[in-house]
Amino acid sequence: MTDTALAPPMTRSAGVDFDSTEARELLKRRYRAEARFKALGLLAVLVTAAFLAFLLVDILRKGIPSFFEHRATLTVNFDAALIDPKGTRDPADLREGDYQALVRAALQSQFPEAQDRRTRRALDGMISSGAVDDLRQAVLANPGLIGQSRVMPLLFSSDADLFLRQRDTLITRRTGSGPLRVEGESNAVTLRGGGAAFRAALAESKTFLAERRRALLAELATLPAAGSNAGVDTKRTELEQAAASIQARIADANAPETLTDREPSLLVAIGDGILKITEIGANEAKATTLIAPKPGSIITEWSLLTLRVPETNRRVNDNVSAWLEILAQRGLTERAFNARFFQNGDSREPELAGIRGALIGSALTLMVTLLLCVPIGVAAAIYLEEFAPKNRFTDLLEVNINNLAAVPSIVFGLLGLAVFLNAFDLPRSAPLVGGLVLALLVLPTIIIASRAALKAVPPSIKEAALGVGASHQQAVFHHVLPLAMPGIMTGTIIGMAHALGETAPLLMIGMVAFIVDIPGAITEAATVLPVQIFLWSDLPELAFQSRTAGAIIVLLGFLLVMNAAAVILRRMFERRW
Amino acid sequence: MAGLDLTGRIGGVDVSIIYFSLLLLMSACAYVLARGRAAEGARDRSFHSRPTYHGLLAFSTVALPMFAVFVAGAFLTQLVAERQALAALDPALVADSLRRGAALRQIADILSGRPVSGDVSALAAAVDTARSVRQIAAAAIYALGLAAGVAGLLFALRRITPDFKARNSFERLVSIVLMLCAGIAVLTTVGIVFSVVFETFRFFQRVPPLEFLTGTHWSPQTAIRADQGGSSGAFGIVPLLTGTLLISTIAMLVAGPIGLFAAIYMAEYASPRFRAIAKPVLEILAGIPTVVLGFFAALTVAPLIRVAGQSLGLDVASESALAAGLVMGMMIIPFVSSLSDDVITAVPQSLRDGSFGLGATKSETIKRVILPAALPGIVSAFMLAISRAVGETMIVVMAAGLAANLTFNPLDAVTTFTVQIKTILVGDQEFDSAKTLAAFALGFVLFFFTLTLNVIALAIIRRYREQYD
Repeated sequence: MTDTALAPPMTRSAGVDFDSTEARELLKRRYRAEARFKALGLLAVLVTAAFLAFLLVDILRKGIPSFFEHRATLTVNFDAALIDPKGTRDPADLREGDYQALVRAALQSQFPEAQDRRTRRALDGMISSGAVDDLRQAVLANPGLIGQSRVMPLLFSSDADLFLRQRDTLITRRTGSGPLRVEGESNAVTLRGGGAAFRAALAESKTFLAERRRALLAELATLPAAGSNAGVDTKRTELEQAAASIQARIADANAPETLTDREPSLLVAIGDGILKITEIGANEAKATTLIAPKPGSIITEWSLLTLRVPETNRRVNDNVSAWLEILAQRGLTERAFNARFFQNGDSREPELAGIRGALIGSALTLMVTLLLCVPIGVAAAIYLEEFAPKNRFTDLLEVNINNLAAVPSIVFGLLGLAVFLNAFDLPRSAPLVGGLVLALLVLPTIIIASRAALKAVPPSIKEAALGVGASHQQAVFHHVLPLAMPGIMTGTIIGMAHALGETAPLLMIGMVAFIVDIPGAITEAATVLPVQIFLWSDLPELAFQSRTAGAIIVLLGFLLVMNAAAVILRRMFERRW
Repeated sequence: MAGLDLTGRIGGVDVSIIYFSLLLLMSACAYVLARGRAAEGARDRSFHSRPTYHGLLAFSTVALPMFAVFVAGAFLTQLVAERQALAALDPALVADSLRRGAALRQIADILSGRPVSGDVSALAAAVDTARSVRQIAAAAIYALGLAAGVAGLLFALRRITPDFKARNSFERLVSIVLMLCAGIAVLTTVGIVFSVVFETFRFFQRVPPLEFLTGTHWSPQTAIRADQGGSSGAFGIVPLLTGTLLISTIAMLVAGPIGLFAAIYMAEYASPRFRAIAKPVLEILAGIPTVVLGFFAALTVAPLIRVAGQSLGLDVASESALAAGLVMGMMIIPFVSSLSDDVITAVPQSLRDGSFGLGATKSETIKRVILPAALPGIVSAFMLAISRAVGETMIVVMAAGLAANLTFNPLDAVTTFTVQIKTILVGDQEFDSAKTLAAFALGFVLFFFTLTLNVIALAIIRRYREQYD
């Protein structure tokens, strides 16, 4: 021992020369490695934060539109002959009235030229069936409306809504240059513009052709080598020919183009009318009338609309597009807060689907969970922390609780299915069973949090109580537990937030049914918010995508509130002993 | 009689609300009476226990027997009513297990007034029998319950004497209740084990375990009727195993390094201010429901990967393992980093000081001293993370596919245990088919796989904590 202590100190000359170039080089390398390592750590944190930001921005971008809806503000004539033919004003009769006809008439008065059956059906299709119900409710609430004309907001169908939000197709508007001479009528209109009025539009359709040619060439490149298969060879020739013919059309920049429903649509808006171009040249275009403009042969004010997505790939055809465009031009469309989203249950119509049913279902389920797991969890924690003898059984209990916290949630769903549904015959899809399963799921979390809270109370408190003659239980229930309560509540809120976001075990016990009605009791079929999100995300309609994201925003909002409450509680009552 | 029939069974006693109101009322009366009597007595001479304890004990001596009568009665009613109803049915129907189950369910529906489809005239006699059994049972439960309540009350009141240790008795009762509550956790585990083991055992009676564990083909579509030929169903879990492992591996490749580096930075480098911002960010990410991450994976990440793959000339499946794995990895980062953070901060300061004293830089200290010291803890954190990834359901359900491909290509669609369990069990199911049982067998594999990982990981963490405490 003493030898080492008395050993001569290491001097510079005896060991390494710290001033040598190698040593300085080595030191530099080590500092560089240090900086690199630190940067990697920072990068890891930043990547995580960036991912979270990307996720939240993406959800918000997708979901916020679902909080708004588009409506047509049309004058509705509440014709007594249609909605109350018997003239009784009896609610039972009023409920049976033909409110669809009111909507139809309001649309007809805007677009009288829509006459044949198919066009009229397309026109009616612009407005959601929810608007018809709204009118019925309005009349039932106020029968005095009958016989009057009122401006009513009529909810657009989801397709029209998507179009107005430019989600169906991108729309570019270009103000027309120079006067336009209009000749002919209805299906054979010729538009002549001086000074290359349509040159830019023509160039645009040539660009589209170039894109299509590139797609053809890309497809050609994927085909196997020539001569391997006769079928492939014919296909190759076809593709080559198609590409060549497109190439010829592109090459002549001034050659007129025929526009079909496979190319972007070009609409000409003239005053209150809309024409659809069928053939376009640099100075001249052939068109058909969608909505007749006011008569007149030379027009100075006009504009050109390009609907980027070809008509066949769109949910809204050119006719409906024109109507929507004109309605917007006349100031008859409005964007309003979508209260329906919070008032309705689920629906097959995206514009009518709401989350009220799911919210109530979640509330009922969480209520069952809360009532079960807080008393049981706290009791278990008190037992384990304060009363349990230290023996092997208690040890096993502890290991078991820690393990249970890490069991996959879907396994709890299997338990619920096998025990609660099959063995106990409890009702399927019910918040009661959902709450039971979630209670078992979050029980370990609550026990662990409550134990930590109990452990954080200093033993002196208990000892003081015991010292003045309290029994062990009195000391715990009267003194330790109240002091641990803030911690227990924080743990409970976090456990509840976990339960609110849980999906998988609820799928197992049948909470996935399509349920329109708002559940009223814990034994009725219901669904919960996360499951509703899952169900909607599975639907093919584009409109449901934003509903899904909207529901996610609501869910995240609730979770945020709960977690914030937990944090505030912790800050307010946190005590350092 | 208005009430709620929670059980939906033939014997379901639909008197619970009234019965329980009665129970509460009588118990409350017992509490007030006993407390009052004890308080009155305590004026003359000192009692061992405070009046409240006498009251609470009286409350329990009324409530517990009444509750016991109800539970036992409901159980017996179910037993008797079902037997009597079956006796009143056509013996041919009773012999067929499927039709018997359906008939019992229909009888239960009729009894609780739910709409029943189809012709149920054949069940009329059985329904009447069951109904009369129920009526008799309800009367009996009321009579017995009331008797038990009154007896409990009298017994409790008689026990109120100065020497009676009511507090000790009540506290003994409370400890039993507390212990039972702690026991529920054990009961849950037992319930899980039983529910999966039992069904798995039945599954293995139809499909040999060896075929299940080594088969390379998974298509659980069994024939519904025996005479339906062709689709016999294949139950080989190897493709599911590779799919699960593929996605978990991708997830761990993302979460492992990022989570560990984030933990190191947070524990060793970050200033308190940075920590105060970065910790909540990680907690928010940890709190995002998996269904939200699944939506994000399926609608944003998967298309991005597809476009990126196409621009590189790669053929990416629209439900690729990569998308699901990446997002799952992101989900696990907070998990890995918070566990590792705990483990790293638990390394004693003396080890760091020793290393710094020898002239090591911070990163050298971390790499050569702290990480080796924290290794057991980090390994167990990774194991817990793997168990998380394997058991995760929603992300894979929404972003990975259903196709049971035996592949290791991350750009292909694969399927996992959890996806298959969900797919088989959601929607209508025949509880006796091999297909449904297969889901439980998968659950069995999943449960024991994750359990093993968890037990080992938690044991390591425990030993590690003891080492440095």
